[in-house]
Amino acid sequence: MTALPALPVVIPLLMAALLVALGSHLHRRLMDLLALLTAGSVTGICAYLTYKSSHGSPIVYWFGNWTPEKHFALGISFVIDPIGGGLATLVAFLIFAALLFSWRYLEAVKSLFHALMLIFMAGMCGLCLTGDLFNLFVWFEVMTASGVTLCGYKSEEHGPLQGALNFAVTNTLGAYLTLTGIALIYAYAGSLNMAQVSQTLITHPPGGHLVQIGFLFLVAGFLVKSAVFPFHFWLADAHAVAPTPVCVLFSGVMVELGLYATARIYWSVFAPSFHASEGALRTVLLTMGVLTAVVGALQCFTQRHLKRLLAFSTISHVGLMFIGFALLDSDALAGTAMYVIGHGLVKAALFICVGILLHRFQSVDEFELQGIGINSPWTGLLLFLGAIGLSGIPPFTNCVGESMIDESAKKMGLEWLSLVFIFAGAITSGAVLRIGARIWLGWGVRDEEAISRASQKAHLGPETEGSHRRVPWSMWVPACALLLIAMAIGEIGSLRSATRTFSEQMLRTADYNALVLEVTPMPSAVRLDPGEFDSSIGKQVIALAIAVLLALLSLFPNLLGSARKSLGNLVDLALRPLKAIHTGRIGDFVAWFIFGIAAYGAILLLCTK
Amino acid sequence: MIFYVACAVAAWLFLVGVYGIATSDNLVHLVLCLVVVQASTYVLLSAVGYRHGGVAPVFADVTQTQTTVDSVVQALMLTDIVVEATVVALLLAITVQIKKRTGIVDPNNVNLLRG
Repeated sequence: MTALPALPVVIPLLMAALLVALGSHLHRRLMDLLALLTAGSVTGICAYLTYKSSHGSPIVYWFGNWTPEKHFALGISFVIDPIGGGLATLVAFLIFAALLFSWRYLEAVKSLFHALMLIFMAGMCGLCLTGDLFNLFVWFEVMTASGVTLCGYKSEEHGPLQGALNFAVTNTLGAYLTLTGIALIYAYAGSLNMAQVSQTLITHPPGGHLVQIGFLFLVAGFLVKSAVFPFHFWLADAHAVAPTPVCVLFSGVMVELGLYATARIYWSVFAPSFHASEGALRTVLLTMGVLTAVVGALQCFTQRHLKRLLAFSTISHVGLMFIGFALLDSDALAGTAMYVIGHGLVKAALFICVGILLHRFQSVDEFELQGIGINSPWTGLLLFLGAIGLSGIPPFTNCVGESMIDESAKKMGLEWLSLVFIFAGAITSGAVLRIGARIWLGWGVRDEEAISRASQKAHLGPETEGSHRRVPWSMWVPACALLLIAMAIGEIGSLRSATRTFSEQMLRTADYNALVLEVTPMPSAVRLDPGEFDSSIGKQVIALAIAVLLALLSLFPNLLGSARKSLGNLVDLALRPLKAIHTGRIGDFVAWFIFGIAAYGAILLLCTK
Repeated sequence: MIFYVACAVAAWLFLVGVYGIATSDNLVHLVLCLVVVQASTYVLLSAVGYRHGGVAPVFADVTQTQTTVDSVVQALMLTDIVVEATVVALLLAITVQIKKRTGIVDPNNVNLLRG
């Protein structure tokens, strides 16, 4: 089947159109089955494409058969390499899990929900597989538009509408800056194909600062999507109000896709041209990653709205993944890939647990739910497992990723980065442990007035109907499966060797260009072994210990007496400005966006030799 | 020369639009400021595609040796217009819903999302 590479986007779009057309005549269960079937088949196709591209060279598919003419790319291409294909498989798999979860969820929905999920999947898969800059932008917009609609799905309430508005305006603004970047790059290179642009930039290096400005503008939209500081404000608002299956997807893959697009744009287009200013770029990217990780973790701990808490922990972990990318090294990239998989699965499972709580008790406020979780103990077990997973303890997959990134950082003399990992892991894990203990074990001081004050904030209408006394299997099975997979695949040596091999392949821009422009076929990737990484279990155990300590300290204010009280006040004072800037107003977010772009651009230009 | 003027116009539109979004107190005004920002990309794209003395790229009437303006850029602009129409329609629909649910169309009315 020569058109197989196009199917991951064609099948969901066709099925979505079909569902909307016939929606009013179809029974709800039939729509569920069709959507699940589509998601399952796309998962299978993406897995097969990933497998095929890993045993040979990346698959290049030209739409409409517009193959390169005299080694000049004219058409739109999909270039499927194992990293992109693997991410597309993860996307489709999480959509499958989310659709399974929403089997019982959102009882009163029409065909629109399923169609939107399928369009969302098409956009995300397209973004992973494409080899053309403008095509990347188009899939980004498809993803944003359907994501916004899914976010504001419960349009009867004010909260989801406001969150969807924030999401739409900030992401669209980022996309417009990306488009400006595309225009500037096209003006110089005369082509939109990534390999062609890269080739032109190599053979005719542009003077001035086109490379730096072009790169920054191009990735601006994707930085907003991956919630890098200071473009992260929209994410917490969008997560707090989206239906749970949608939150699973947002945190699990959508945010990571922004990071993938940035990495793809860097390695496939700009890497050879950045030789002179690679150090400057590394500085800027590390700044972004570290700031995001720290701000996300600090904000995470102060939240009491469960979904907002998990959203900020996503921001923090994406900061850690960004650090992995920022090292601009193949082993670090492999570590980031493992971290994306591990974190995506664990975070999805955590959101499903919160969804189960919302289904049974109609609230996502930490204080309102205190002690009530004793009625669904198994969900609690899953939540505690997920919390431990966030701190990066083996056997979770993000532990493997973390050790790869640490190793890479050590080679560059940046050992202090592992402290950032411990910091973020400890605080986010501690926050989830705290809510677990408060909700399931009933620990912590009951604060009646705080409950009534904040319960309007966290008040969400019921998302489900039907019996709320038992947890349906369609809800806890995906959570359980995701956690088990997260724990199991980290140990598979061939997965680690595969990520190392294909990250190394992703870095070889010249070979990529030669393959896509049909100059020479790509030599088979040299298989790298799983690698002996100093498993640094000690660091993760420290992180978990700090997490437990933080959870206990915040639950029991009297634990250390007056010392704890004064320390608590100090921490509150320090965190107050941070909380103050998260105002929820679109105008502020937009101002931060312009400030962030200007600041990062200034650092990049000033540090460039 | 024309290219630099067009770039300046695009930059102005972008910044004015962003200023409008940042200081807006009406959601409809905010969405239309987003349209202004999008207009800046149209201007930039047209400028990138312009060729001195070029005619419209309709190859039925034009011989092979005549200069035409870049048609790829025009295709990009058409795609952008479609994307923008979708997004703006979506945003305005959300605005109408917000008005229905709360009676206020002020983007500063966000007590639910603070912190």
